[in-house]
Amino acid sequence: MAQMTMIQAITDALRTELKNDPKTLVFGEDVGVNGGVFRATEGLHKEFGEDRVFDTPLAESGIGGLSIGLALTGFRPIPEIQFFGFVFEVMDSIAGQMSRMRYRSGGRYNMPITVRSPFGGGVHTPELHSDSLEGLMAQTPGLKVVVPSTPYDAKGLLLSAIRDNDPVIFLEHLKLYRAFRQEVPEEEYTIPLGKADIKREGTDLTIITYGAMVHESLKAADELAKEGHSVEVVDLRTISPLDIDTIIASVEKTGRAIVVQEAQKMAGVAANVVAEINDRAILSLEAPVLRVAAPDTVYPFSQAESVWLPNYKDVIETAKKVLTF
Amino acid sequence: MASKTQNAPLDAKKGLQAVEEQFQTFQILNEEGEVVNEAAMPQLTDEQLQELMRRMVYTRILDQRSISLNRQGRLGFYAPTAGQEASQLASQFALEKEDFILPGYRDVPQLIWHGLPLYQAFLFSRGHFQGNQIPEGVNVLSPQIIIGAQYVQAAGVALGFKKNGTKAVAITYTGDGGASQGDFYEGINFAGAFKAPAIFVVQNNRFAISTPVEKQSAAKTIAQKAMAAGIPGIQVDGMDPLAVYAAVRDARERAINGEGPTLIETLTYRYGPHTMAGDDPTRYRTADLDNEWEKKDPLVRFRKFLEKKGLWSEEKENEVIDQAKEDIKEAIKKADAAPKQKVTDLMSIMFEEMPHNLNEQYEIYQAKESK
Repeated sequence: MAQMTMIQAITDALRTELKNDPKTLVFGEDVGVNGGVFRATEGLHKEFGEDRVFDTPLAESGIGGLSIGLALTGFRPIPEIQFFGFVFEVMDSIAGQMSRMRYRSGGRYNMPITVRSPFGGGVHTPELHSDSLEGLMAQTPGLKVVVPSTPYDAKGLLLSAIRDNDPVIFLEHLKLYRAFRQEVPEEEYTIPLGKADIKREGTDLTIITYGAMVHESLKAADELAKEGHSVEVVDLRTISPLDIDTIIASVEKTGRAIVVQEAQKMAGVAANVVAEINDRAILSLEAPVLRVAAPDTVYPFSQAESVWLPNYKDVIETAKKVLTF
Repeated sequence: MASKTQNAPLDAKKGLQAVEEQFQTFQILNEEGEVVNEAAMPQLTDEQLQELMRRMVYTRILDQRSISLNRQGRLGFYAPTAGQEASQLASQFALEKEDFILPGYRDVPQLIWHGLPLYQAFLFSRGHFQGNQIPEGVNVLSPQIIIGAQYVQAAGVALGFKKNGTKAVAITYTGDGGASQGDFYEGINFAGAFKAPAIFVVQNNRFAISTPVEKQSAAKTIAQKAMAAGIPGIQVDGMDPLAVYAAVRDARERAINGEGPTLIETLTYRYGPHTMAGDDPTRYRTADLDNEWEKKDPLVRFRKFLEKKGLWSEEKENEVIDQAKEDIKEAIKKADAAPKQKVTDLMSIMFEEMPHNLNEQYEIYQAKESK
């Protein structure tokens, strides 16, 4: 086993699948010789050559269309959108085309595409680099949306995403790329899509979250433990489809829940999780299910982001409201 | 200064003027059915020439019948094709079976002649998913609704052919309005950058719904937009089946030989409305303009050309018309026999395996639909 950062685990997964499957292709802006602006594709161009790992012209819609056409001719494309804030340029290819191809063609064509993209706040980027837009994706029928929170999960989830025969949006939080190292097996392993992971067990309150907020939630759980509260942290890992069974089992056990997301509050993933809990476990609840989320503004200019972004203190505050209800 | 070289005066317009002068309309057969460009005549046998005429006549009848079936409520979404037969059918006629067509919504005739059964075209029109279940071995997508989206996808299909070593081309169609889309430029640019075997056809029928081509761009031709991507572009008389065939055949050959993509603008006209959903062309086109273009009709000029060669007759034409009517009747019967479309059918084709949420909803709709 090796100690890896999340970005190393991602590169490792890409290398593994480029080796395993000659039909996989890695491409995007600056992913070739340069190895990607975050080095997610470091060394892959050299190892697998221009035919398998290549730079594209700078045009996101073109990258989306290219992926669709390559999938139609038997390839398994793994395009990179350099920052997920650029996704608006490729929304038609993603939400109007690849997500609908299996449906539109009555099952004749499928789109085994994994769109990888960095997102998430806290690293002082210019505008339209840090936005959490996973809700847009989760609201698009025909897509699966994956957000890993650890190096181990990133490798196993990315391998599953690439092998999936339907399009997957794989969102990599910028702040987690090099935040910490973790034991990651060098051999291949997969983590199934649509399965949440209990990152910490507890009995008094469930925190349901994903991405960088998993770590804020774990930190909050540590603090709350000091005050005698046993908190369970459920990492969704896949936000579409949701792992309803794990969420409901945990809420039925604890009777109290909050949902934490980095994205703005309005019409988000957290709202959907709350609604599912209300639909299925209302009689198990001792308190209303509350949300921790960012305010409903545009992602802030970077000097305000430390206040704008939800953090463990916000989680503790909301958790206490629910615990003392 | 070491030398006294004389600098040219600044002339930013020079390049554009040179480009504009280059783009002349390519024609082989004039409106009278006379060959005006013998040197460019494609190598087609008498049988092939007759087959191309047969397809144009057949498709004109199909268009007339589709319009009347739509008016009777027996077809749904329909975009009329009359006037565009040479652009549509002669370009498809220049393809091989393994070539892949990425059509716009008016390009159903090319799909039919590439192998899509007629009853499925009717099911597409009626909004039934089985219309889009393209049979194995028929290399087409169903008609694209988003203007220009197929252009970026064509670059991908072509790059896939190149990577697979498949000797085939991706051909895609849009209209004069489509040539204003970002995807138009990204598509031709990507295909050019990857030297991918693609053919980009713009059927310039002069109106994007109601907006005249003059309002789409300052560019004098759409063909010249190829220059921006560094690929060959040609403007063709889109009412001349031989010119369209020759241009596509030439583009195909170069593509197969590894020389990359070509942009082909065909100058054509749709006689009918944009679609049968309430568009009224008299609001934006004059009868004079309609008449002017009807004089260029592809069927009329090709008929004259073939009759002079003794390859076509009224009798032959009537045979084709009867055949088309017979086939349409049969295809409508077959479309009528398609099973009623269910929401549960659609749920089951969203993913390879239905996820949790769809599974639950499936049960609800199964109960509803079994009542």
